[in-house]
Amino acid sequence: MIRHLTRRLTWAMVTLIAVYVITFFMVVMVPGQPFQQSDRNMPIEVERALRAQYSMDNNWLYFWEFLGGAVKLDFGPSFTYNDWTCTQIVAHALPISATIGILAILFAVLVGVPLGVISASRRNTWLDVSIVSGVLIGISLPTFVTGAALLAVFTVAWPILPIGGWGTLQHLPLPVITLSLPFIAYICRLTRMAMLDALSSDYIRTAIAKGVSPHDVLWTHALKVAFLPVLSYVGPATAQAVTGSFVVEKVFGVPGMGQHFVNAALNADAGLIMSTVLVFSVSLISLNFVIDVLYAWLDPRIIMAY
Amino acid sequence: MQSGAADNLVHTRQSRWSRFRANRLAMVSLFVFASVLLIVLTTLPWTTRWYNIQSLDSAVRAAPMISPVVTFEAYGVALNPSEVSGWPKLSRLMWQTTSWMGHDDLGRSLFHRILPATLLSLIIGGCAAFIAVVVGSTWGAAAALLGGRADAVMMRMVDVLYSLPYILMVILMKVAITRPLTSLLDGHAMLAQLIILIVAIGGVSWLTLARVVRGQVLSLRTQPFVEAARANGAGVFYLLRRHILPNVAGPIVIYATLVIPQAILQESFLSFLGIGVQQPIPSLGRLAADGVEAVNAFVGFWWLIAYPCGALVVTLIALNFIGDGLRDAIDPKSAQETLL
Repeated sequence: MIRHLTRRLTWAMVTLIAVYVITFFMVVMVPGQPFQQSDRNMPIEVERALRAQYSMDNNWLYFWEFLGGAVKLDFGPSFTYNDWTCTQIVAHALPISATIGILAILFAVLVGVPLGVISASRRNTWLDVSIVSGVLIGISLPTFVTGAALLAVFTVAWPILPIGGWGTLQHLPLPVITLSLPFIAYICRLTRMAMLDALSSDYIRTAIAKGVSPHDVLWTHALKVAFLPVLSYVGPATAQAVTGSFVVEKVFGVPGMGQHFVNAALNADAGLIMSTVLVFSVSLISLNFVIDVLYAWLDPRIIMAY
Repeated sequence: MQSGAADNLVHTRQSRWSRFRANRLAMVSLFVFASVLLIVLTTLPWTTRWYNIQSLDSAVRAAPMISPVVTFEAYGVALNPSEVSGWPKLSRLMWQTTSWMGHDDLGRSLFHRILPATLLSLIIGGCAAFIAVVVGSTWGAAAALLGGRADAVMMRMVDVLYSLPYILMVILMKVAITRPLTSLLDGHAMLAQLIILIVAIGGVSWLTLARVVRGQVLSLRTQPFVEAARANGAGVFYLLRRHILPNVAGPIVIYATLVIPQAILQESFLSFLGIGVQQPIPSLGRLAADGVEAVNAFVGFWWLIAYPCGALVVTLIALNFIGDGLRDAIDPKSAQETLL
């Protein structure tokens, strides 16, 4: 067990370094004008001075400077938000996105898994077909459409929730539900497929033959195995949800992390791009690590392989 | 019981097709998808000329209705009646559909925009999926066949690329290839833009396929018929062409039908950000994003959202059901009866 985890941990560090190197080269090579804010052209001396101030004139210096700072959680200055350091931006935005993201994933698991189990157990009935169709509609609709629809229903047609913003509990439900819809769809689909697989296997036949009640076969024997693929999906999905969704944040006016992924790339804001990528990769890698541990605990066969 | 290999092959093909045909959802989806494609393609001569005809006449900016209230005159100079006289009857018939889905804020017929938009979305999705399939399956198959250290390095690279944020990579990729490609395709701005979009979306969608194909090839490599071929002195490329590729074709096709909807959605997201297909060219995502922007919740231009989203959902659901049906047909295990 310990050996398994140390191996994963070492590999996680290597991945993180590789991610940093790749992102750095992409940022350096992608053409862009981080200092050109509007249509006005700045004098060449000013631009040169600015580049020097942000160490952008010497790529190697910048490479090591950023890395040295990042280890101490200091991501340096943002190029576009003048009075903010990237650390401040992340510290401000990440908790907001994380709240929405964690709630959305919890909601998605609590809704998606039961739907998938029910759908698999009533295979090819009208209930199954309507769940599967609902799931496909959920996958096919862009988030900006579902978000706008929810907004129209719950703030205009039946005004019980605030239109947008952040700060009170009433601001939570709409972004959380909008963000969770595609996750619900994928989790339901995965659960259904894994359950169908499990339900046709021999140990279920044995359980039925031994007289276990259909309810127990479904919700304990089969689901225990069918939950594993769902678990390995939930890891990356949580990383994605926790670091925010641009669309959800834009539709509901939430000051979260997702907007920075897009804006940083569009503004060629090198410092912010690398900060956001590192935040995303660290959360993805650490969540995958947690999932690995959970997996090994749920399914001892994995450890046996080492 | 013994039967020839050729018989077996025919038999599996037939039973695959009959399994697919037995899947009612998949067959309906196939029919819907084929009709959409047919309609979109046959109306192309008119829609490509009419999709951007604007009018500020207030009668034009009306809600959807079945009977045409909009006359050629409402479009004034924009639409020259003599232009329509090419195919008088057919064109007049097409013109009857102008108001079916209403008009946007510039008085353009939404129906005449949705038709080419669907085609463009399908082209973007199809080409991006094609790139993803070619890159992904080559990468995965190469990793599995080379084996050893090369395999480890190649798959670790996939792991690393997986831990980069998807949307940021699409944007950076788009920014990175925009300048060289635009100068390369000087004068074909629209084509360049389309290729950039397709390459950016396809360039980040191949990772999952690389993993899937590698797994398949690895398990095929140890099969007796492959070992026999290798023992007879078959080279890597011969093995790949003759034995490996035909056997992984199934999973690749299935995956491709599921990548197309994802790529279409990805394009709609880029359109929402304003870096997808540019005005006045319509794609389904572009139309939906424009609709969301135009529908200020207090003004009810509902059709600007409803119809593009309807078209998007119908197309994507059809593609998804076809993909599911193909999987059940090719892999009979996934369709076997359950015990409960």
